[in-house]
Amino acid sequence: MNHGLRPDLALIADWIRPGSRVLDLGCGDGALLAHLASHNARGYGLEIDPDNIARCLRRGVNVIEADVDDGLREFADGSFDYVVMNQALQAMQRPDRVVAEMLRVGRTAIVTFPNFGHWRVRLALSNGRMPVTPALPETWFNTPNIHLCTVADFEDLCQAQKWRVLKRSLLDHQLRDGPLMKLAPNFFAEAALYMLGSPPPA
Amino acid sequence: MNAKEDYPADSVGVVSPRCMVIDTPLALDCGRTLPRHELMVETYGSLNIARSNAVLVCHALSGDHHAAGYHAGDHKPGWWDSCIGPGKPVDTHRFFVVALNNLGGCKGSTGPNTLNPDTGKPWGPDFPLLTVRDWVRSQALLADALGISQWAVVMGGSLGGFQVMQWAIDFPARVRNALVIAAAPRLSAQNIAFNEIARQAILSDPEFHGGHFYERRTVPSRGLKLARMLGHITYLSDEAMRAKFGQELRTAAPSFNFDVEFEVESYLRHQGQSFVERFDANTYLLMTKALDYFDPARDFGGDLSAAFRQALAQFFVIAFEADWRFSPARSREIVKALVAAGREVSYASIDSQLGHDDFLMALPEYHRQLRAWLGRIAEQVQA
Repeated sequence: MNHGLRPDLALIADWIRPGSRVLDLGCGDGALLAHLASHNARGYGLEIDPDNIARCLRRGVNVIEADVDDGLREFADGSFDYVVMNQALQAMQRPDRVVAEMLRVGRTAIVTFPNFGHWRVRLALSNGRMPVTPALPETWFNTPNIHLCTVADFEDLCQAQKWRVLKRSLLDHQLRDGPLMKLAPNFFAEAALYMLGSPPPA
Repeated sequence: MNAKEDYPADSVGVVSPRCMVIDTPLALDCGRTLPRHELMVETYGSLNIARSNAVLVCHALSGDHHAAGYHAGDHKPGWWDSCIGPGKPVDTHRFFVVALNNLGGCKGSTGPNTLNPDTGKPWGPDFPLLTVRDWVRSQALLADALGISQWAVVMGGSLGGFQVMQWAIDFPARVRNALVIAAAPRLSAQNIAFNEIARQAILSDPEFHGGHFYERRTVPSRGLKLARMLGHITYLSDEAMRAKFGQELRTAAPSFNFDVEFEVESYLRHQGQSFVERFDANTYLLMTKALDYFDPARDFGGDLSAAFRQALAQFFVIAFEADWRFSPARSREIVKALVAAGREVSYASIDSQLGHDDFLMALPEYHRQLRAWLGRIAEQVQA
């Protein structure tokens, strides 16, 4: 049960076993980690925004000021059960390297991102315009999202990197599943959640 | 005179130190034992009934027990007054704050400039060299004397931050939260090099007399002044010095001699001179050695995270972008070791300009993070 937790975070929390060690990349105000702490899961959040760092400190969430684009050098291999990145992959300089780093320091990576294959995006592009949608509210010149991808693109990358997709959840903008998601996920899903595992040993 | 009219509302107002006598023998790392010692102490705020709201403030190289408020008649507040007071980050409405002059200091605590009971003369160079661990043991005896079994927070910047780490490692159950500001896991060769030049400046001053200058009624002021001038260069960033002094000549044109010609020279000479008037050369030597010796990993095969595995405290590590003496990279080494040890730790790197001295400033972002962290602790300890 995840009462009071933002719906997107509640979905992630549902995937995390109690008592786990968690690293949350771009942890925001620390809501996920604060929630997990009540389930005996501890860890650290990485954050660069001073407002969010203050919010984490105030609620007793371990927050480490760090830029995820600089890598996770400070963290040892396999030191976390889960490494989480919620709605930030598309803002990274090199999303592929970030996921690889997540799978180096964690046994499991949980990533979420907005699906650029969603029909609203396609509609905007077919009209010759960069999309501004509920999931992508910024305009082209001020968006932090520099590496947007579709569900199909992401799965291609997983395959190429031999990352194992352990779980997948494709949802509309109200984070609901439904028959349309199963019919044509890359067309109807607005948000994508993936749980990834390292490549199987060669 | 009414103190409330004379001092800012967020000041602890007029304070006076007291001398605490520690009668328990203190075994030092150098092998010697002090049968008793005295510590000068100031406290601000009040200890709650549960005795859970005590904060220990550890001072840096040249600090002392006068961390906040004003001594009667003074116009200059304590050295960390920006941070400690009613409504300030270390809120004296909520916390009971203890500041001391460390053993070996020169502001009234037992040290080189106090009398050796065995000889009736000042200790001078016969005073034992100390380590950060010795200070922490001495401070633990002080905590016993004050009836504080666990500190809500042990905090300090620079050398003060070293003491915080050592406290958390040596007395895990007595430190609930550890605030390590502008510190490093140990000194770099460059840090030690600066200390060595400072020491040589003092040791080579003819007025030093091997440390027995009290009896000669002299002061090795040239050496101590040079040591402080050197130190000051390392406390400021290149950018801060440029902003503060530029390359401004004090006169219209160069005078082609070695008098003070540039503003920065004037500043350093002033800083050096005023330091000589308030500090002791033997204490300066002792403090720099304690800095050099500090290495909590040494007892754990050089593994800092093994050292931190002893600790139980929640840590908050803060660094300043403009600090090159103990740069953010050094603080991140501390954080890395704490994470590897599985300890609770937060880290903030504060955008700053001044340099190492930023930790004493009321930078808005710095104080906001301190308030956030300490505000939670105040609730945690029901302060």
